[in-house]
Amino acid sequence: MFGSLFSLPEVACIAGKRQATQVYLPSDDSQRSVSGRGTLAAVLAVVLLLGFSSMLRAQTDCLGCHADKTMQDAAGNSVGVDADTFHASIHGSLSCTDCHTSIKQYPHPDHIVAVKCETCHTEQAKGITGSVHASASAHPCTSCHGDAHTIFPKSDARSAVYPLNIPRTCGNCHSDPALAKKYGLQNVFSVYMDSIHGYAVSKEGLLVAANCMSCHGSHNILSHKDPKSPTYKANIPNTCGTCHGGVMAEYTTGVHGKAVAGGNLNAPVCSDCHTAHAILQPTLADFRMQSTPICGSCHKGRFATYQDTFHSQLGLLGGYVETARCWDCHGAHNILPESDPNSPVNPANLIKTCGRCHADANASFVKYQPHANPRNRKLNPALYFTRFFMNLLLWSVLGFFSLHTLLWFIRAKREQGKRGPAEGENHD
Amino acid sequence: MTDDTPIVPAEQPEGQPLTSGQPQASAKEKYYVRFTLAQRYLHVVLFSSFLGLAATGLPMRFSDNVSARFFARIVGGFGAILFFHKFCAVVLTLAFLYHLKDIAARALVHREKGIFWGPTSMVPNWKDVQDIVGHLRWFVGLGPKPQFERYAYWEKFDYWAVFWGMIVIGFSGYAMWFAPFFARFLPGWALNAVLVIHGEEALLAILFIFSIHFVNTHLRPDSFPMDMVIFTGKETDEEFRKKRTLEYMRLAAQGKLEARVGDKPVYWWENFARVIGFTAILIGLVLLVLTLIGYFGTA
Repeated sequence: MFGSLFSLPEVACIAGKRQATQVYLPSDDSQRSVSGRGTLAAVLAVVLLLGFSSMLRAQTDCLGCHADKTMQDAAGNSVGVDADTFHASIHGSLSCTDCHTSIKQYPHPDHIVAVKCETCHTEQAKGITGSVHASASAHPCTSCHGDAHTIFPKSDARSAVYPLNIPRTCGNCHSDPALAKKYGLQNVFSVYMDSIHGYAVSKEGLLVAANCMSCHGSHNILSHKDPKSPTYKANIPNTCGTCHGGVMAEYTTGVHGKAVAGGNLNAPVCSDCHTAHAILQPTLADFRMQSTPICGSCHKGRFATYQDTFHSQLGLLGGYVETARCWDCHGAHNILPESDPNSPVNPANLIKTCGRCHADANASFVKYQPHANPRNRKLNPALYFTRFFMNLLLWSVLGFFSLHTLLWFIRAKREQGKRGPAEGENHD
Repeated sequence: MTDDTPIVPAEQPEGQPLTSGQPQASAKEKYYVRFTLAQRYLHVVLFSSFLGLAATGLPMRFSDNVSARFFARIVGGFGAILFFHKFCAVVLTLAFLYHLKDIAARALVHREKGIFWGPTSMVPNWKDVQDIVGHLRWFVGLGPKPQFERYAYWEKFDYWAVFWGMIVIGFSGYAMWFAPFFARFLPGWALNAVLVIHGEEALLAILFIFSIHFVNTHLRPDSFPMDMVIFTGKETDEEFRKKRTLEYMRLAAQGKLEARVGDKPVYWWENFARVIGFTAILIGLVLLVLTLIGYFGTA
């Protein structure tokens, strides 16, 4: 009767019955609280006890042998079950034969049919089938969830898929350089662990911080090339926006967000500037230093002229990262064209924008061109001729005196040679 | 020019042994004063602050260069570099102002003659033009070696190059330092221009001082390895006669030669000056190499 109930794919149903079942498991800590509920619970327990009697017997029967943790099959695989842990686990209420369906009697055959998780977990199994982990032999359920007899709900800190444990669980495979090489993947585990998300998970223990699953999903993990994947470029703003809602709202109003929404996948999404796994705290020096070239990888001309300025020259030397980076002036997420009155680089807003660093910024001061190009005669004629004159001066002076000094040197050497070696002694 | 005539043939490039008339290393070798103590100190302050400015300015100009970042890191990052740069700039500015004050005092208060015109002046004159042409002709064997007065044309050029350089680099530097203030009376594009001007003029100064000035003044065969007169303030009778023949002859003719006689430089002072001077030259040459690497490595 209950055996058929448990074969239903409804996990919630299993969990609900599990609590009631715990009454009969002496190792369960929650027994006291359940028994404290009074008569109604006691009556319910008696009813359930009658219904469960056959299953209980079956579990104890199996554990008669398999409770020996050192027990191994002919191939050397462990077939021992830790009864206490199993009883506490999410499947602890199940009869052994609910999963090991091929076993009908004792003694059972040496070779038994592998357990099919998808019998109950159909939805999850369907997800896996279409995912990058489709191969059941390479990625059995247990590779992430651990031994089937020790599975806990994902809200339980003992679970391998508890948010704080996920990076380590995925890292079991994804920190292996050989595996990464085999499948052509980047070795992202270590950079994730050093990232702001990895730090929040591993050091701060933040359950809400992004772990692998938050972005990649769990069972239905797709390649980032698949348009249905949450890590597909066009979907990334939404994926990150699941947590970073405020930033996403800003981003969608900016030029980059509009371009991506309009189907231009050359425009940057979150991960293009922040990277996918090695995400740093944006105020960190390292991030301030690394992201300017990222903007520059698309905005090449602007980057080149920026590099000619004091802002860039200062920053490159390290230890002084406060100088203006792209987003200090242009904004970061809601970048708007200069013509937009809300843009921080709109002429009307420059005194305020520049004034964030330059306290005395005035109308004339903000006429400074942070992207002036002294090599461009049409755009910056005054600067072009200034540079031209300075270079003319530089090379004419150096040219004349180089020749002058070289000829002098040669002549003086010859004179010295004529006078004889005694001459050299005069200057000591 | 009467009793000094024997020295003139010695200066002719005909190869007569210069030392024949006067045995060298004689105990009574005469020394003449060329620079005052204040002038020598001014040179030390000038080159010390200039070396500091060059060493801290180069990493900023060629900030994408590996050596620049390395240097910046050991100094303590950009903040430290900019601090030292500004510190040296203020020192150099004070030295420049002191020099202007000195000139003004000599000209206006002491009514000293020959500051703005004449053979002892730094102001270029027609003879300098003739000397350039004559010197160049001598280099290639087309004429006799010109004789020079107190300041030869390349020395005047050194002086005015530094003078002009300090005004240009100093002004553009302060314009960047106090940009919002200077923006009140400079057009917007000038704030862009000052960085270009500052960088290019500084490049010229570095390349000129560390190559042309070093060779012309210190490393050329007649002065190699270093002309000590700027450190000791004194030069030997022979150096004086040979390098600044016309001044020597003029002073002799005027009977003022004896008034310029000074003591032999103190031994330890000369050696100390050599250490300082060679260190400066060495640093300068290293900076010259780094400049060339930075310039041609990123151009």
